[in-house]
Amino acid sequence: MATTTYSTESAAGNLTARALREGFYAGLVAFGLFFLFVGLETTQNIRNELVLNQRWGLLAIFVAVAAVGRFLGVLYLQPWIASRKAAKAAEVEKAAPESFIARNFSKIAIAALVLMPPVAVLLFGVQGSLKWVDNFGIQILIYVMLAWGLNIVVGLAGLLDLGYVAFYAVGAYSYALLSQHFGFSFWILLPLAGILAAFWGMILGFPVLRLKGDYLAIVTLAFGEIIRLVLINWTEVTKGTFGISGIPKASVFGIWSFDVSAPNNFAKAFDLPMSSAYYKIFLFYVILALALLTAYVTIRLRRMPIGRAWEALREDEIACRSLGINTVTTKLTAFATGAMFGGFAGSFFAVRQGFVSPESFVFLESAIILAIVVLGGMGSLVGIAVAATVMVGGTELLREMTFLKTVFGPDFTPELYRMLIFGLAMVVVMVWKPRGFVGSREPTAFLHERKSVSGSFTKEGHG
Amino acid sequence: MSALETNAMNNDPILKVEHLSMRFGGLMAINDLSFEARRGDITALIGPNGAGKTTVFNCVTGFYKPTMGMISMTQQSGKKFLLERMPDFEITRDAKVARTFQNIRMFSGLTVLENLLVAQHNMLMRASGYTILGLLGFSGYRRAQAESIELAKHWLEKANLIDRADDPAGDLPYGAQRRLEIARAMCTGPEFLCLDEPAAGLNPRESLALNDLLRSIRKDTGTSILLIEHDMSVVMEISDHVIVLEYGQKISDGTPDAVKNDPRVIAAYLGVEDEEVEEVIEQIEEIQETDGEQGGKH
Ligand SMILES: Nc1ncnc2c1ncn2[C@@H]1O[C@H](COP(=O)(O)OP(=O)(O)OP(=O)(O)O)[C@@H](O)[C@H]1O
Ligand SMILES: [Mg+2]
Repeated sequence: MATTTYSTESAAGNLTARALREGFYAGLVAFGLFFLFVGLETTQNIRNELVLNQRWGLLAIFVAVAAVGRFLGVLYLQPWIASRKAAKAAEVEKAAPESFIARNFSKIAIAALVLMPPVAVLLFGVQGSLKWVDNFGIQILIYVMLAWGLNIVVGLAGLLDLGYVAFYAVGAYSYALLSQHFGFSFWILLPLAGILAAFWGMILGFPVLRLKGDYLAIVTLAFGEIIRLVLINWTEVTKGTFGISGIPKASVFGIWSFDVSAPNNFAKAFDLPMSSAYYKIFLFYVILALALLTAYVTIRLRRMPIGRAWEALREDEIACRSLGINTVTTKLTAFATGAMFGGFAGSFFAVRQGFVSPESFVFLESAIILAIVVLGGMGSLVGIAVAATVMVGGTELLREMTFLKTVFGPDFTPELYRMLIFGLAMVVVMVWKPRGFVGSREPTAFLHERKSVSGSFTKEGHG
Repeated sequence: MSALETNAMNNDPILKVEHLSMRFGGLMAINDLSFEARRGDITALIGPNGAGKTTVFNCVTGFYKPTMGMISMTQQSGKKFLLERMPDFEITRDAKVARTFQNIRMFSGLTVLENLLVAQHNMLMRASGYTILGLLGFSGYRRAQAESIELAKHWLEKANLIDRADDPAGDLPYGAQRRLEIARAMCTGPEFLCLDEPAAGLNPRESLALNDLLRSIRKDTGTSILLIEHDMSVVMEISDHVIVLEYGQKISDGTPDAVKNDPRVIAAYLGVEDEEVEEVIEQIEEIQETDGEQGGKH
């Protein structure tokens, strides 16, 4: 007993001594550093003569801040961080039983999404609901779907694709061009756009997938840019930077239309006041269905041999080949499947905007989608959905923050800081959770009990 | 199986390596190597570090394309494959040659069970109609999946890993990972199994368990095994036939006892003192003479 108190006392004494010593050294270093920078200042007086000012007070403040900061840091901050780390390590052992919400998170989230438009209409009126359904709902769901699509390539198969937006563009332009030239409806062109994007995925993938890691990333980036440049320069077909406008709207499977002039207009059919909100609500359900389809297919595919092969490929490609897996076709299917969902999302994007131009398919979009996948936790559908909501919803929220204008002046436009905040948030999340929001991985089969695999065992893939 | 067939089975070579050479830049890692592995045998490939053993494996399993030579594999059914012309994954898929790696290659983020299911990829792919029928929920795939889990269970029990089936493979201790890698290779349904130093890093108890596992693999499945090993207790204990490599060349080939007493092997392994060189060379010459006589008899 006595010895323990003694040892803790001496440890505390040691710590104080160490803190004092390190504080002193920090002060010394600060003095050496700032002596010439801060302690002495040269200015020109009115006769253009150089005058040396001495600022010992300021120098003293600098040195004091460094010394005291280091002292306090060693004495209090470091032990606190260490004890927190220890507490956290102990916590992992316990693994608290999951709460009801955690267990049924996805079901609750889907129910909430299905109920969102009627609730928004009730709360804000038909016209007022537009903002919530369109700006937030549809916008976020498009990114959720894109990120889920890219997740197949990056999160499951471990192929770093920086040009994913190319397939989004292929889908959007497929719909825009085919509907204008051949008058096909959205419901025919949606699968067609997916197939075309998958086809392009194969064509691009075939030469590219021989490369690995960084090389693959750079070449996919280049392909994304090539597609965009083709869209800009092939003016006869794509109208270049002007883009294609007047893209026909989707209909409710041809039964009701949303064209104002059409006899089977949705609002007329139900004797509702004319509003564009119905179309947006309809689109909301379309993209929700598409996103859920993506999730469903991903979940099913993970339990298929092909999905397991993708994940195995991410873990170790050579071992895959030693087990008789044709890695080229496996990579190609991952690429094509991801591209297909990108194509679906693209054709939806075209029908929602009514206008497509190469502007929408810049590298930044690929980067945002990839950032969402990484932030969410590669391979985790729930994590990615949360990340998309936070990132896209967060940047939309910035637009709403008009009160910031009163703080920073009327010229302040919060949207312009969107990328800054996006980047900051990424850094914070990556420091706090290096594996993304959901770093663990659910096994696809089990014998006795389903245990999720900690993120420390999974790999990111090298090609 | 009739006695005659077993006899025939034991005599015919499953793997035949002829005049194999592999050059890396200026280095001849393998130089004109020829050997045979007989069906149903455990053949050991031994030699000092850097002798080229792993390189032989990589040539046999298609990871390296040999500079010269021929590697042929004859399946039980009589079907013949020229391995040096096939890409690596086809060698496992079609020729039914499986392998493990000197530095273990696990799918560490997948569970132990999943590792074994990945090994049955080609069978499951076919059963799932290349994913399409499986996605639509056809019962054929579900049956195949259940079978594949049964097979995985069988090998997990053999490898004494059944309790760890749902843990990530990366979480297993070293010895268990070695056993898992062997179990995974067996799940591909091989006729010929190549193991690169399976006992490296195992403690004596694990080493004994490994011997049992390898013997039971041979006995129950009839799989022939080619094995690289530094641990002489393993080699002498379980192998039927030993091939010794040094600097990419075969210096001895025969039963474990014969190889153990071969002065060339002893010299290669122990190094020889200067004064003993003469003596050793004499012995070698004697042996070469007897070898020559034997060759004449054939
Ligand atoms: N990919 C390669 N490129 C260049 N040289 C190689 C390559 N692989 C092997 N070598 C060289 O070939 C020789 C034989 O190597 P190998 O790995 O086959 O030896 P080993 O008998 O398996 O040795 P160990 O017992 O240490 O595993 C070594 O000199 C090695 O450096
Ligand atoms: Mg080796």
